[in-house]
Amino acid sequence: MPFSLHAVGALVLRYLFLYTRNPVRFVELVFWPLVDLLVWGFLTIYLQKQGAGGLPGAVTFLIGGMILWDVLFRSQQGVAISFLEDVWTRNLLNVFVAPVRTVEYVAATCVVGVLRVGVTLVVLTVVAAAAYHFKLTDLGFPLLPFLANLILFGWFLGMISTALIMRWGQAAESLAWAVPFFIQPLAAVFYPVSVLPSWLQPAAMALPCTPVFEGMRAVLAGNPAPWESMRHALLLNLVWGILAALFFAANLRHVRRTGLLVKVATQ
Amino acid sequence: MQPGQPILEAERLVKSFSSFTALDGLSFSVAEGESLGLLGVNGAGKTTAMNLILGLTTPTSGEVRMFGLDLWKHRVEILKKVNFSSAYTSLPSNLLVWQNLTVFARLYRVRRPKQRIDELLELLGITHLRKSVTGRLSAGESTRVNLAKALLNEPRLLLLDEPTASLDPDIADRVRKLLRKLQRETGLSILYTSHNMRDIVEVCDRLIFLHGGKVLAEGTPGEVHERFNRSSLEDLFIGVARGEVEAVGIQ
Repeated sequence: MPFSLHAVGALVLRYLFLYTRNPVRFVELVFWPLVDLLVWGFLTIYLQKQGAGGLPGAVTFLIGGMILWDVLFRSQQGVAISFLEDVWTRNLLNVFVAPVRTVEYVAATCVVGVLRVGVTLVVLTVVAAAAYHFKLTDLGFPLLPFLANLILFGWFLGMISTALIMRWGQAAESLAWAVPFFIQPLAAVFYPVSVLPSWLQPAAMALPCTPVFEGMRAVLAGNPAPWESMRHALLLNLVWGILAALFFAANLRHVRRTGLLVKVATQ
Repeated sequence: MQPGQPILEAERLVKSFSSFTALDGLSFSVAEGESLGLLGVNGAGKTTAMNLILGLTTPTSGEVRMFGLDLWKHRVEILKKVNFSSAYTSLPSNLLVWQNLTVFARLYRVRRPKQRIDELLELLGITHLRKSVTGRLSAGESTRVNLAKALLNEPRLLLLDEPTASLDPDIADRVRKLLRKLQRETGLSILYTSHNMRDIVEVCDRLIFLHGGKVLAEGTPGEVHERFNRSSLEDLFIGVARGEVEAVGIQ
């Protein structure tokens, strides 16, 4: 399939201009994750004190879970919000009639997702270390496959969110924020999968992010790196990636056929 | 592309949305250096035709070829030589004018983008807007910036969807004159949709009058209104809108 890095670069430049021109967008990247980190961090410290040390490792589990969840969330947001930016500014048609392939457009939003993850991750890592003595780097080498799997899954959720917004219009734009939270109860972010009812556990294990959060807790508890789980997560990501691409392509065909693409772009 | 072959060919385009047929077998072509207007009342099918030609909507049936190539098989290759401006789209409002133009210059792989942007800003008389915030421009300034974007890649075919819709008569007149000048100087082909008679008369060599998704008449602006024994194109337009003029045969 032909692919132009030049087109991807031009679209990424457009998003970078947007962030530098609008400091509010930049603050949003830092403010909400920071609020989450502070609330969860202080809450777990409080619970630990109340339990007189009866919650060993709770702080590290929860803060680790919160930071890694934000990686997935920011990656998903990079894709879905970038699309919405083009809708909000009525620029989408200009992009869709430019010599840009759909795959290049999606790739550019994925790059924006990685950039968003980078900014948020640096801020959260520094604050978590300073406020709670939590070092993300204590996860060691497994941190890399953890991050890679979460970023990939975030992209695929972003593509699904974007496809739904294309199909249902701006009325559905809250899905850009809501879609990750549909899966959060199953993703074992803050508690192990074993806590879930047994009939829900297979659904939880079908999410590529679940083995990551389980693996994070295992590593923080001093167990060996869960390489087998990471391979499982990657395989699940492959399946989710194919399904997300097919879903996106089917919806794009639908909105082109029904004229909804133009409606979404000009409403 | 064969010598003498039209730049744009639309063949038997049909577009239905559920039970409504927006376009019913539209065929036309645009020659190199020609300016063709699509005229019609609201709902006549002008914008639907434009969207099909841009590949934003897929036809129920029919074909679009540009530069001798099938649009859906060679979309990216074709779009490199085409550009578009519409009253219903805008460039990101919080970016500066030069930032927006730089992004699109890169998307269209313009060589020496800075130089090209400077040339166009000068040509359109908006050099002073280079560092302005796009969202703070007046309607006339915004239209000229959109035109600058549409001319970045030195397109061989320019598609304009009601470009003067939100402009005052003075600015609209300037835009029309500019388009004519560009066409004379560069041999640009233009497909222009409008329900503004003056736009069509002044900019277009030839027009297609659409009504109910079908061609009501085709020819030069003078030929079309004379064919219906109307005093002007505007008179014909009003007659069609009020149901006083029947389709007397496709020319």
